[in-house]
Amino acid sequence: MISLTSPVETRAHGWPAGAKLAGLCGATMVLFAIKGLNWHLGFLVATLVIYAMPGRQFFQGGMRRLRVLWPFAAIILLWHLFTNDLASGAVIVLRMITAVGLANLVTMTTKLSDMIVVVRWLCAPLRRFGVQTRSVELAIALVVRFTPILAQKGQTLALAWKARAARRLGWRVITPFAVLAIDDAEHVAEALRARGGL
Amino acid sequence: MERSLTLIALFAALIAALGLVPKFDLAFGVPITAQSMGVMLCGTVLGAKRGGLAALLFVGLVALGLPLLAGARGGLGVFASPTAGFVIGFPIAAFVTGLAMQQFRALPIGWAAGVAAILGGVVVLYAFGIGGLMIMLNKGLLEASGLVLAFVPGDLIKAVLAGFITAGLAKARPASLLSRS
Repeated sequence: MISLTSPVETRAHGWPAGAKLAGLCGATMVLFAIKGLNWHLGFLVATLVIYAMPGRQFFQGGMRRLRVLWPFAAIILLWHLFTNDLASGAVIVLRMITAVGLANLVTMTTKLSDMIVVVRWLCAPLRRFGVQTRSVELAIALVVRFTPILAQKGQTLALAWKARAARRLGWRVITPFAVLAIDDAEHVAEALRARGGL
Repeated sequence: MERSLTLIALFAALIAALGLVPKFDLAFGVPITAQSMGVMLCGTVLGAKRGGLAALLFVGLVALGLPLLAGARGGLGVFASPTAGFVIGFPIAAFVTGLAMQQFRALPIGWAAGVAAILGGVVVLYAFGIGGLMIMLNKGLLEASGLVLAFVPGDLIKAVLAGFITAGLAKARPASLLSRS
């Protein structure tokens, strides 16, 4: 399955994931604590500079991911234009773009396997209380493996529907879709038990 | 144990797959690519605990950086965006849906699932979603609610359909309806 890690290898790819996450937490807290417009303009420019450092491809990929925020930015700015309080609207919009941009940076520079190492570390205290955390990792692997398979089966169902029905694809196709998911789950459970279980 | 784990994992994958399969159009032209119906089904089929865990697993994988949300979105940025409340609310919505489903044992399965999906998948999910908007956009309750009210009718329809689908699943795979076992 495709992850959101950037194919452009940056220096930050080698940094420990835990440190990046801690830094992100700190940066986000600072963003929400500071109210000045000039500060937020500076933060956004700094974030954009970081995006630009690994090169054009990385920058463009990052900007594409921020596009989902435009509708919100437009609504907020319009709203604050009507209430004659454009400055605080600008702070909200700048903070939103910087916060999402920084969080995306961590995701773009951290491999899924490194993130799972952090999850394992965070789960360590649970193991002391006898909780089986291995099942969490197995569950992650199952979801990663089965999402594309289920999507594929869903597309096959949709094709079968289109081949037989004159009407458009409707919600009724979700029931057999869920049945497929349940059947797969039962088969995998049986296979796991056959191999010695959890 | 194995069965619980695989059902939780497969329903997490189902939420993701519902976002990947393009356009199921509802009768009124509401696109169903939004994954809230998958979250409702987690609760109505798997029950409170397992349904909540399935949605939690899904949200966890989004945070780890997999593009599982509709429109291939994912990563930590989701949790800093204005709609973060909805994503964070997924596990609680599924849990409450399952809890309600277990409480309404006296009702027929389809009805119980429909009402449970409205309680968990609409009331609880929107409470979290609106809360998230209030924090992220620094807005009041009324303003934040106004932003999302247009989506409520579509989600109410999805909740009703979740009821029909759960009733269908109860007939097709009665043993797997853990919310009633």
